[in-house]
Amino acid sequence: MTWLFDFWRSSIGGKVTMAVTGLLLFGFVVAHLLGNLQLFAGPERLNAYAKMLADSGALLWVARIGLLVVFVVHVVTAIRLSRANKSARPVAYQHEDTVQATFASRSMVFSGLSLLAFVVYHLLHFTFGVTNPEHFARKGVGAGGHDVYAMVTTSFAVPAIAIAYAAFQIVLFLHLRHGIQSLAQTLGLNHGRLTPLIGKLSVLLAALIAGGNLLLALSVQLGVVKVAS
Amino acid sequence: MKLDAKIPGGPVQQKWDTRKFELKLVNPANKRKYKVLVVGSGLAGASAAASLAELGYQVECFCFQDSPRRAHSIAAQGGINAAKNYRNDGDSVWRLFYDTVKGGDFRAREANVYRLAQLSVNIIDQAVAQGVPFAREYGGLLDNRSFGGAQVSRTFYARGQTGQQLLLGAYAALSRQIGLGTVKMFPRTEMLDVVLVDGHAKGIVVRDLVTGEIRSHAADAVVLATGGYGNVFYLSTNAKGCNVTATWRAYKRGAGFANPCYTQIHPTCIPVSGEHQSKLTLMSESLRNDGRVWVPKAKGDKRAPGEIPDAERDYYLERKYPSFGNLAPRDIASRAAMQVCDEGRGIGDTGLGVYLDFRDSIARLGRDAIAARYGNLFHMYAKITAEDPYSRPMRIFPAVHYTMGGLWVDYDLQSTIPGLFVLGEANFSDHGANRLGASALMQGLADGYFVIPYTIGGYLAGQKAGAVKVDHPQFQVVAGEVAAMTKRLLQVQGKRTVDDFHKALGKIMWSKCGMARNERGLQQALREIPALREEFWRDVRVLGSERNLNQSLEKAGRVADFLEFGELMCRDALERRESCGGHFREEWQDDGEAKRDDENFCHAAVWEYTGPDQKPVRNAESLEFDNVHLAVRSYK
Amino acid sequence: MKVVLHIWRQTKRSTEQDHKQDGRMVRYELADVSPDMSFLEMLDVLNEHLIGRGEEPVAFDHDCREGICGSCGVVIDGVPHGPERGTTTCQLHMRSFQDGAEIWIEPWRAAAFPVVRDLVVDRSAFDRIVQAGAYISVNTGAPQDANAIPVPKADADRAFDAATCIGCGACVAACKNASAMLFVGAKVSHFAHLPQGRVERERRARNLVAAMDAEGFGNCTNQYECEAVCPKEIPVRVIAEMNREYLRAKVIEQPAGGKQIGGHG
Repeated sequence: MTWLFDFWRSSIGGKVTMAVTGLLLFGFVVAHLLGNLQLFAGPERLNAYAKMLADSGALLWVARIGLLVVFVVHVVTAIRLSRANKSARPVAYQHEDTVQATFASRSMVFSGLSLLAFVVYHLLHFTFGVTNPEHFARKGVGAGGHDVYAMVTTSFAVPAIAIAYAAFQIVLFLHLRHGIQSLAQTLGLNHGRLTPLIGKLSVLLAALIAGGNLLLALSVQLGVVKVAS
Repeated sequence: MKLDAKIPGGPVQQKWDTRKFELKLVNPANKRKYKVLVVGSGLAGASAAASLAELGYQVECFCFQDSPRRAHSIAAQGGINAAKNYRNDGDSVWRLFYDTVKGGDFRAREANVYRLAQLSVNIIDQAVAQGVPFAREYGGLLDNRSFGGAQVSRTFYARGQTGQQLLLGAYAALSRQIGLGTVKMFPRTEMLDVVLVDGHAKGIVVRDLVTGEIRSHAADAVVLATGGYGNVFYLSTNAKGCNVTATWRAYKRGAGFANPCYTQIHPTCIPVSGEHQSKLTLMSESLRNDGRVWVPKAKGDKRAPGEIPDAERDYYLERKYPSFGNLAPRDIASRAAMQVCDEGRGIGDTGLGVYLDFRDSIARLGRDAIAARYGNLFHMYAKITAEDPYSRPMRIFPAVHYTMGGLWVDYDLQSTIPGLFVLGEANFSDHGANRLGASALMQGLADGYFVIPYTIGGYLAGQKAGAVKVDHPQFQVVAGEVAAMTKRLLQVQGKRTVDDFHKALGKIMWSKCGMARNERGLQQALREIPALREEFWRDVRVLGSERNLNQSLEKAGRVADFLEFGELMCRDALERRESCGGHFREEWQDDGEAKRDDENFCHAAVWEYTGPDQKPVRNAESLEFDNVHLAVRSYK
Repeated sequence: MKVVLHIWRQTKRSTEQDHKQDGRMVRYELADVSPDMSFLEMLDVLNEHLIGRGEEPVAFDHDCREGICGSCGVVIDGVPHGPERGTTTCQLHMRSFQDGAEIWIEPWRAAAFPVVRDLVVDRSAFDRIVQAGAYISVNTGAPQDANAIPVPKADADRAFDAATCIGCGACVAACKNASAMLFVGAKVSHFAHLPQGRVERERRARNLVAAMDAEGFGNCTNQYECEAVCPKEIPVRVIAEMNREYLRAKVIEQPAGGKQIGGHG
């Protein structure tokens, strides 16, 4: 284990940790989106999916704990690296400029911290039912499962919530747009022909994920999805 | 002054083997008891420091730059010669030896040149093993190109950055030893004097350029690899920091200075653009492989180059030297350029320039092939001049580039001071009166990797290790003198800046002791330089303190030495009443070609210091040519 | 042409504490500038004026003035080596600026590069990294014939692309994290592409990264500013290669003091 810890503490080890956990989190985001897109298939489908998840028991907990660990490692490593980065340049330039760094790449810490806040809110909202208890935990259609469909649609019927969720998708887009190509580079994938492709793919994937989520958030407001009665 | 070159007996092919066997060895267990100081970290210094440390000696290495990697060897562009004969084009050690002796206009020591040619092949092997990325062909083997003064392709290269790659190889070897603790490196440290104990060099006094501390270092031998003195001209292709200080101060302690008048004027540099110019930029000689040199046939033809038809162009190198053409040696190509400019056929606003034209080779080989060979040079040219050399011929003009003169050394590279060894451009030995292209890198590395590791042992074997320590009173004396001179520079508090004096000296040197020299001009320079020196010590303004980083103070010390050295250079040029290689005396010529006087001047002139403001004594080491027939150089 | 300069002036070497108090920006006006001057020649002119007025000249590192020694380098308007691509400060000419331009000139900023004076910084951290393993362990005199091992031209060219690094430190100065990964990546890449360099590849990757980390450089966040300002245009591919080499070296690393499987003492 000290080997692993030493690796994590090295600069490249830290970067690789970010890349690997980032890749796993990206995988989760994809799965999460695919699951949630069932919103468009109607309440039965979505709630059945939710129940299936809820009924997976131990497996669910393993996944949840795993995800939590990955997430915490991603965040903790990010904090360690950015603190090191800050102390590597104790005096800032009086006149700053950049040549080719993208906005997304320069705002990874900001977008990351925003996403952290969003995830906390998202969990309090939909998983723990703290922020909007009135939307939460309505016994529903399926066999004793939560009425997830109702929870989501009633929430997104509130314009402020819908807008907040939508806005965070822009942040997610920025984070992924840099993160996806960045993880390829960190893991050593840089090739004359592939790299420009990865750059484009990175934007495309980020746009698909953020766009999909955005569509979900705005689905009620746009009238694509009906609010559960 | 006793000048014993200690050339081993026997045929020239066996001299080095003979000497290697004659030299006494230091027992491996005893090597670590000896300390060697290496001053300079260019090709010669870095390779020497690394190789000596590998053998087991304790080494301390010094450079004035902030890192040993920045020594000016890094700027060498074109390539390095080696008699590998990989081209199957008739090259051999003998031919490289012959070309170098002839190229040097028969003013080099045959035995040294032969050894250099022999060692040339080992250098390439060494560099490749270190990971120097030489140019290669598709088959994976090393590529070669041609250089001036040779009719075979024996030049190995790494794009236009051969010096950089070779230096980084030597720097890597040096860094490895620093990491292992066998070499102690002192960057930003300038050597200001050598310390003699009982007539032997036993240490140096340096100034830490950051803290200003004057410090002594004692050792069993001192190696100077401090480069050339081209900056005496102010404008040259040398780096701004290149200076004569280390060798000059060794000279003042008793080391003979040989042939200071031999300077190489490189034919292909970017012309001066104005008074503000701080240095000149070389365009590698390799460009003459594919570029054709010309001027308009008519005087004062101010048309754009593209509008001048072939019939109205004078490809003067091809016309005058049909067998070598554009690859005539440097001294000859430079003088030819000067001649056409003197005739009023020079190009550009100043009339001081000639064209180097790639039109024909681009048409023959394609733009890509030319870009692959010279891309970085073209890029560099475009950046400086804001002109595109792919579509418009380069403007070039000769500039001071290299100095063949230097401290006199014997076959073992030891100066007239026992224990003081001199390597690379800082010594005088191998290039005679003119150096061929791609031979400087070869010499620096041969000296450092393959000569000094043997010869220094021969000296050290006769010395008691660690006999002299820094507490020896002589160190205090010398350190006191160094500190006093530093203080004196700050105390003048006059009106003119150091650069101002340096520029004034440069103008005298270039006009009176530059490409062409004559008795009247040199006599004049010998009056003007002491006057300028006197004014310097009366009116120079150096601000700040000696206790921290003070770049004006560093420069002032170097210029003070140039102001003394310039005089010696003019004196040497005056006394050498012949023309040879880079030394062209207008009084001795055959229609513009240098005319040697072998009867009276087939020797190296070795100057001996006799005291401040005293006339130095000129000694001579006569040169024997047993293997290459003394003949008039012809490149026609 | 005329320019207005804002230059960082500092007389004492930066200390661990309170770097900001070490110096300040000072404004200078310069009237006699020619567009054909190099940037450093412009600073020479300024210094000649300053000495004339009895003020100490601005200290800046420089040597070859042809873009190869790597000595020079200042941050010009927020960009190391100034506005032109693939150019060192000494190769930058005043024709790249407008008449009347205001120009901010600052030293490289990094904890690992303390300011020595004015625009001069201490880059010895780079040397120490090289000393940790950016070499092939071969003694003088040992090698075989240079053509004994053919090296594919493509590999030699790639090695060269990395080896062309001049060690100026612009990559560190440009990186918002003051990371040295382009520099170190270039060393790793140079040797990784050559058969001669592969013998020690794992040791080299591990030692170089450890030395880099010990110097206090930051971490790469893949913004590629280093590549944009590198005067030799070294691509960030070398960083990916270093990551790969390091990962590989760590994966196959044997535990300290451990025996090889199947080994007989």
